[in-house]
Amino acid sequence: MFWTSYLLAVLAIVLAWPVPILLSRASWPARSPFTAMLLWQAIALAGGLSMIGAMLVYGLEPIGDNLISGLRGLAAMVFFNAPTTALGFWHLFALSAAALLTAHLVFTLLLTYYRIERQRRRHRELLALLAAPSVDADRTVVISHDSPVAYCLPGGARSVTVLSDGLMAALEPAELRAVLSHENAHLNQRHHLLLWAFAAWRQALPWLPTTRLAQEAVNSLIEMLADDVALKTETNATLIKAIAIVASGPTGGMAAGTATGVAAAALPSAHPGLALDGLEAPAGAVSGSARTTMSRVSRLLSPQPQLPAAARGLVLAGCALLLALPTALLIVPGLLG
Amino acid sequence: MASLGELERAVMDLLWAGHEAATANTLRDRLATTTEANGDAAGHEGKELAVTTVLTVLSRLEKKGLVERERGTRPHRYQAVSSREDHTAELMHEVLGSAPDREAVLARFIGSVTDSEAETLRKLLGHI
Repeated sequence: MFWTSYLLAVLAIVLAWPVPILLSRASWPARSPFTAMLLWQAIALAGGLSMIGAMLVYGLEPIGDNLISGLRGLAAMVFFNAPTTALGFWHLFALSAAALLTAHLVFTLLLTYYRIERQRRRHRELLALLAAPSVDADRTVVISHDSPVAYCLPGGARSVTVLSDGLMAALEPAELRAVLSHENAHLNQRHHLLLWAFAAWRQALPWLPTTRLAQEAVNSLIEMLADDVALKTETNATLIKAIAIVASGPTGGMAAGTATGVAAAALPSAHPGLALDGLEAPAGAVSGSARTTMSRVSRLLSPQPQLPAAARGLVLAGCALLLALPTALLIVPGLLG
Repeated sequence: MASLGELERAVMDLLWAGHEAATANTLRDRLATTTEANGDAAGHEGKELAVTTVLTVLSRLEKKGLVERERGTRPHRYQAVSSREDHTAELMHEVLGSAPDREAVLARFIGSVTDSEAETLRKLLGHI
């Protein structure tokens, strides 16, 4: 089963470097974000599986012809003090690395979940005291702040969409509806679970190109998915205007020369310094999100047709193959033997 | 005044509006007058708000780091740790800032854009 570990290692390397780089440069994901999202998930899962699997299979090689007999042999060593002399240094090293990597991934996933939940709870506590329920929509609250801000805070039944006064003043009713349906799409499609998994994946292996590229791609794809939901009820022009007004800040409306924009700019600004701090600091640090906004706008300005069904089917088949390949390499030799 | 959550909100509103420390007794009296004024007390007549309830609410708020007690005096006087505006600013800083987990904690309608991109979008707005 020596060749199995090599094949798995090759798969792990291919999924860690060239594949994510090619996919992140491709332009088709903007046309079919859902399909692209599935592909990123398949790449992450298959990548992790083949990475751990390669080390496991290599380490078990001297004590079993396949994964199952190897694991049985390992269990005998761990639990029943069977002699371990068959395992050389590198085998033990690979086995330890596989165990550590697995534990590291699970632990990071749980730790990230805990940290995110703690921040959300604190945020919800303050919102409960500071924000007023919106008259326009369910599960929506309004906070008094001059910058146009809209976001959603996921939390099961306590999920909430938050709008600022500044946003309500700057947007026309149709634009506001577009923003609300965009945020609701995030909550309904449970995008926070994807964000959590890929944030943890990146946190666990920050030096791996695939984790950064995957997180940036997923962040951008969920925005496109939510935009597509908003487009079912509002026009492209409405959504573009909403994005442009919110993105270009409190004075954005004024450049457009609309009456509401002037009203927004005329609102007394209690904390201009802080608002600027918050907006400027991440501009350089999170270049990914800036790219996201611009690619969203260009996608709305010149809409491209969805990928043809055949191409989407091909990508989905690729996803299935990606997951099936490492699984088969790990399990099938055992079943045959 | 049904839930503790609503009471917490009412107490914070009083502390933020009052700008000075107040005892649980004072807060209870003020809560009673505001609820009457708002007509919320309809159907709850005779159901006096107990000082112990106000103290419970205050200790919950203290645990959340929103109010502090003046230790020297008895009965204790409570005041807000920071103003409503400061808390709002803290919240917005969390939303607009670049904390590492921010993108996973909450999903913003628009992420950060650079100055030149904001300028491009502003020009675009003029053409729509």
